[in-house]
Amino acid sequence: MYEHGWRRSLTLALFLGPSLVGMAIFVMGPILASLGLAFARWDLLSPPEWVGLANFRQLLADPEFWRALRHTLGFLLGYIPLVMSAGLLVALALNARIPGQGLFRAVYFLPVVTAWVAVALVWKWLLNPGYGLVNHLLGLLGVQGPAWLFDPGWAMPAVILTSVWKDTGFVMAILLAGLQNIPREHYEAARIDGAGSWALFRHITLPLLAPALYFALTISLINSFQVFDQVYVMTGGGPAGATTVLVERIVKNAFSYSQMGYAAAMSWFLFGLIFLTSWLLTRLERRAR
Amino acid sequence: MTLPRPRALPSGRRVAWSRWGLSLLVLLGALVMLLPFLWMLSTSLKPSSTVLSLPPELLPREPTLEAYREVAASFPIVRVLFNTLLVAVATTLGQLIVSSMSGYAFARFRFAGRDLLFAAYLATLMVPFAVTVTPLFIVVKGLGWTNSYWGLVVPALFGAFGTFLMRQFFLALPIELEEAAVLDGASTLTTFMRVMLPLSGPALATLGVFSFMASWNSFLWPLLIVNDPQLMTLPLALATLQGLYPGQTQWNLVMAGTVITVVPMVVVFLLAQRWVVEGVTASGLKG
Repeated sequence: MYEHGWRRSLTLALFLGPSLVGMAIFVMGPILASLGLAFARWDLLSPPEWVGLANFRQLLADPEFWRALRHTLGFLLGYIPLVMSAGLLVALALNARIPGQGLFRAVYFLPVVTAWVAVALVWKWLLNPGYGLVNHLLGLLGVQGPAWLFDPGWAMPAVILTSVWKDTGFVMAILLAGLQNIPREHYEAARIDGAGSWALFRHITLPLLAPALYFALTISLINSFQVFDQVYVMTGGGPAGATTVLVERIVKNAFSYSQMGYAAAMSWFLFGLIFLTSWLLTRLERRAR
Repeated sequence: MTLPRPRALPSGRRVAWSRWGLSLLVLLGALVMLLPFLWMLSTSLKPSSTVLSLPPELLPREPTLEAYREVAASFPIVRVLFNTLLVAVATTLGQLIVSSMSGYAFARFRFAGRDLLFAAYLATLMVPFAVTVTPLFIVVKGLGWTNSYWGLVVPALFGAFGTFLMRQFFLALPIELEEAAVLDGASTLTTFMRVMLPLSGPALATLGVFSFMASWNSFLWPLLIVNDPQLMTLPLALATLQGLYPGQTQWNLVMAGTVITVVPMVVVFLLAQRWVVEGVTASGLKG
């Protein structure tokens, strides 16, 4: 920028080159390749063959795909309301002055920095039907705990609970940052006007927190469409396929069945879902303002 | 996280009560957060004979390091720990170098197509990893990088998030600082190294801690390109350890492996809490 002529170009290449080459090879190239593959059939052995929309037609007729989509949406419908309300509750509580506030924040955030594989294994052990702590504690309350990951009806709820446990601190952190940006004067003015706690929350906290809520919601949605690690480790898609999800189908089709084109088509369907959801949320937010 | 602004609460005795109730709820929630960690640690310290005892012992009656010794005997766990650390450190350093330089280029250089290129960078952030993973695997395989450190590190060096973060940071710095250096005859590279980088501590810390954590916890990518136990990273080794004993999972061994995986990240978190929270919330990436 401070040089001229060819020296300037050289400097630019030095600064931008490594990133640009890397992005082209490892990010943008694969994205374009995947887009092409979605319209081709390729088993890695013979050369790819253009098949038009055949992969997408196969997708619509594939019961395994629909089941995975249903489970992914089921995960999302259970996970999103729980993690958002738990995160909001904790953020509100930890925004008030209580003793040990900083320590509590660290504790709630701890699962966020923990590897998913580790979390999934610990919860798999906690939820062990015979020897796990959870069913033992339920037993002390006089409740006969279910078989959790071994029961097709309880496996997904167990994965959802584990995910909520892990991500509550994430939502909390985003919302706490939002809460701290609300000027105190707003509350004081409203209180002078005689507003009660609920009115303060409803008419000051909630509207001013909306951008942070939308951000946390969007990120959580995007991530939950891509749910994989916890399912892979906790259930492997079982029992009896009760927890197969989209990313797991994509990975299986690509790496176990060598159906590269079909896997690519499925991944672009997933992208479409994510894109559409984010777009809808953005529109919703704009209209709410 | 920074300290909160003091929040005025309703006055009188109701405050005391509501604050007590609130503290109690927060405390209960914190216990729910901590109990799994405690159970993990406790199980890892149990001998194989009492892991499956009923009722479960919350604390081991006779704590032993047996499980850790057995993990070390049956799995190259020290090597795995070293791999994870090496890959995470290399990824972090590489990310910092690549992203700070490209971020600087986007912030301060003017060149044809700059804004379009930057928009293309940002667009890649919307594409899920599931879309790129298959072609990426083929590229890495073509380079002969499966079962190698290269395959674990190099693809993780590039991503639009780092460039974006650094660009925003540099844009917020006053340009007068660099102009002064240039008047003294410094080149762009010298200016960047001597003037800009020393001012970039917060951004570098956020990106660095974020990259380290993402690499340390990464699972799907290592799962796909590594099957040699000598090259495994901790999350992958953990998932393998679970299936190592057919029939009955040895939970004390698995939990010992889990402790080895979790403790370093917890230490990083406690030492660099502010940057961790910032990196995670800015990127939306979770462990």
